Amino acid sequence: MHDVAKARPVPASTLIGKRIAKMDAPDKASGKTRYIQDLELPGALHAKILRSTEVHARIVSIDTRAAKALPGVHAVITAADVPWQRPIGVGKDHLPLKTDCVRSLRDEVAAVAADSEAIAEAALKLIKVTYAPLPLLVNTSDAAAPGAALLHEGRAGNVAMTFDYAQGDVVKGEAESDLVIEDVFRLHYVTHCCMGVSGVIAEFDPGGNLLLYSNTQVPFLHKREFAELLGIDPGRIRIIQPPIGGGFGSKLDIYPFEPIAIFLAKITRRPVKLVFTREEEFVASPTRQPVLLKLRSGCRKDGTLTFRTVDTVHDNGAYTSWGATTPFVMMQTISSLYRVPHCKYQTKAIYTNNPYAGSFRGYGNLQATFAVEAHMDKLAEALGIDGLSFRLKNAQDPGEVTPQGMHFKSCGFKECLSTAAARSDFLRRQAEYRARWTDPNPVKRGIGMASMLHVGGGAKIYPSDGCGTILKLDDFAHVTLITGASEIGQGSETVLSQLVCEELGLPMSAVTVINNDTDITPWDVGVHASRTTFIAGNSAIGAARKAKAKMLAAAAAKTGIAQDALELSGGCIVKKDSGERLFELGKFLRGLHFSELAELVMTTHYYEPPSKHQDKDFHGDVSAAYAWATQVCEVEVDTETGIVRLLKVTGAHDVGRVLNRLGIEGQIEGGIVMGQGYAITENLMVEAGVVRNPNFRDYKLITAPEIPEMDISFIETMDGEGPQGAKGVGEAPAICIAAAVANAIYNATGVRLYALPFSPENVYRALHGASQPPVWSSAA
Amino acid sequence: MSASCEVAFTLNGVKRELTVPAGMSTLEMLRERLGLTGTKYGCGEGECGACTILLDGVTVNACLMFAVDCDGRELMTIEGVSVSETGERLRDAFVEQGAVQCGFCTPGLMVQASHVIAHHPGADEATIRRGIEGNLCRCTGYRKIIDAIAAATKPGTNRGAQGASHA
Repeated sequence: MHDVAKARPVPASTLIGKRIAKMDAPDKASGKTRYIQDLELPGALHAKILRSTEVHARIVSIDTRAAKALPGVHAVITAADVPWQRPIGVGKDHLPLKTDCVRSLRDEVAAVAADSEAIAEAALKLIKVTYAPLPLLVNTSDAAAPGAALLHEGRAGNVAMTFDYAQGDVVKGEAESDLVIEDVFRLHYVTHCCMGVSGVIAEFDPGGNLLLYSNTQVPFLHKREFAELLGIDPGRIRIIQPPIGGGFGSKLDIYPFEPIAIFLAKITRRPVKLVFTREEEFVASPTRQPVLLKLRSGCRKDGTLTFRTVDTVHDNGAYTSWGATTPFVMMQTISSLYRVPHCKYQTKAIYTNNPYAGSFRGYGNLQATFAVEAHMDKLAEALGIDGLSFRLKNAQDPGEVTPQGMHFKSCGFKECLSTAAARSDFLRRQAEYRARWTDPNPVKRGIGMASMLHVGGGAKIYPSDGCGTILKLDDFAHVTLITGASEIGQGSETVLSQLVCEELGLPMSAVTVINNDTDITPWDVGVHASRTTFIAGNSAIGAARKAKAKMLAAAAAKTGIAQDALELSGGCIVKKDSGERLFELGKFLRGLHFSELAELVMTTHYYEPPSKHQDKDFHGDVSAAYAWATQVCEVEVDTETGIVRLLKVTGAHDVGRVLNRLGIEGQIEGGIVMGQGYAITENLMVEAGVVRNPNFRDYKLITAPEIPEMDISFIETMDGEGPQGAKGVGEAPAICIAAAVANAIYNATGVRLYALPFSPENVYRALHGASQPPVWSSAA
Repeated sequence: MSASCEVAFTLNGVKRELTVPAGMSTLEMLRERLGLTGTKYGCGEGECGACTILLDGVTVNACLMFAVDCDGRELMTIEGVSVSETGERLRDAFVEQGAVQCGFCTPGLMVQASHVIAHHPGADEATIRRGIEGNLCRCTGYRKIIDAIAAATKPGTNRGAQGASHA
């Protein structure tokens, strides 16, 4: 790893930028961490869901009598047993238990609670459902065609959601262009593959208050959703989040299995535990949004971008989750990654009988970046300019306010470009590999570049994008950090503790974090949009500064030394100038507690970032900071087999500032390899509405032997609003890989691929002229 | 389906005897009958390695093995591995090198890594990578896991991080 010094000096500190071990790692490495799968409540029942065997059908009848008669079965429910259920999810178009119709193979038809999973499974087999099949709508053109049956009443044209964005005048932009190109791109289905499958435990107390053990990434939003579903006050719902086996955005929405467990708990008056099988996880958890995208771009002879017109069609699947809203993020890349005066973006999400898409690390940005960065290479090549210079010419600078209203207060984009290019020897290698196109060796090498822009200071989507912290210092100077921000494996509790310790001059061992119980923790909007370090970090710093001020004020009163001449350091209150130790902190705190002062040092802080909601035309500075990155990928392409190997990734990331070096490296490496899977090996094969490969043998995740060499540079732009200068980084590293690999394959072979994934079969066909590039479907 | 069998085996150094249904997997027995939840269910099909245990010193997927087949054999799970000398070294290395994120794959990887170390002292990068190719991790990108195992093969050199564990 490599740091690039910036104009703004990085201040000296004790903990910031160091390699800090994750606080939860020792337990996890010892097998002691109890995930939801590991929790057994006394008296709990085990639940299983009966899913549809038809992709699209009317439910004629459901006979549960035999299942109910099975010994050990406590409840068998269908929609008829919960007439009060309400539609759930982002689109509120989804009943947990389906009533008259199933619209996809994952659809929940009935559910069982029994003494054991085995009994519940046996009971499922005894439920008899009669279906009357309906015509399948498994592609967006058919679903959007005039006269197509409507999957949801009142949704004309099966349109689930649309977005329409414009800046400038693309007609004028095109008229001013010396060069115009247009291509169609197709992005496939992939899914999160969290190593821990989905699960929930629901329990009601006799007063009807709900306790939910949940893997959610948005506990406070879910309190409200579950309350609406049950028709009770949200205050009567408590959500406890055990450690979770991976999130990556999959746990941002409410899914049918959660209400179903709640229904069963309500009906049986017992705790109910529901955990997926891996096959269920593949079939019934969300996917990344598949996209068909048409991009028309233009530039002048001098390499100035003029316009960009984008149309996309999103296969919404049978129901609407966050996948449908990914255009929010896609349009940021389209409008603002590079300076483009004229821009237009229209998109539709169309209901089909396919699996439905949710939010997934990167949130549409992998798809948008794939297309935009392919065109950056194509335009540069057509102009005879190298891809680096062309990008540098159009790249954003610090201080820029884009036509969409995004204000880049800190921006290291050009440093990202030049650093990644220099460290990968990009230009020399690109020329060298291109010269080998005619070389008889069937194994080619290529190098490709792509860059990304992503929110790095939260995203103001909800009424608040804030996070609360409660900080308690006990009489031994031990800190309890109570934060709304959830730990989902990304290391938030460690980095938040680090920021607090930095303020209070304490070692990491002085902090305990409480972050998983909505009855205790203050509000937070959730783990998404790469926001936790930035938002929860600023909140934690705010609470720590208030605690510090309180202690130093008391010390000033006691000693007569001015408060601003005092400092916290090494567990003591010290004189700032000389470092002379005045009080050991624990003793000083006991003096506050136990004297007639009777003071506790317990503070709260709520941080709301200075970002803005977008207006109805999607204009507005939606994040308090923006993250940038350039990734250069070097590949080997075996033209006889179509096998693409990712050899090396050279990344340069504007992260604001490195807080926990170990943690940020882990985020970036993990993101790169997730991006590698998206580009090359992963493909959720959906045929006629059926997931054909719901297992890890046929859905190929990257394994250890396949990972690339990774050379990561951090561009420290010291964001003025960021906690200690940092910006969000969680999603960034996954975003560019597919785009950069596509450009590298072109550099290796002279053949450009427009559809993912770059599996041996797809690459072989493309290289040997046996496949056609994707075509735009005007019906869609 | 309801036939039961008696099995006797050594688990983490302790002799155990119990009666299990004939169709029960070793994974279910460990988790549901013996309360050893460090061994994880990731796929139930032998594809992810989250349930890796040592059987007579060799790593196997506990989900693919019937509990009855444990009869007369020696089992070691993460609960046993993590308190062994090699396990403690590995745990420290995993912690200090940043090899743990969500942690769900970690117990299986710890067990697999203990096997790699035992059979390939001073293993090189390629050997370590191949040694853990049966264990899927979705968070880390494997880099730091490989680094941790490499560090643990060299006692006393795995000082990657500060702050470390809760004292």
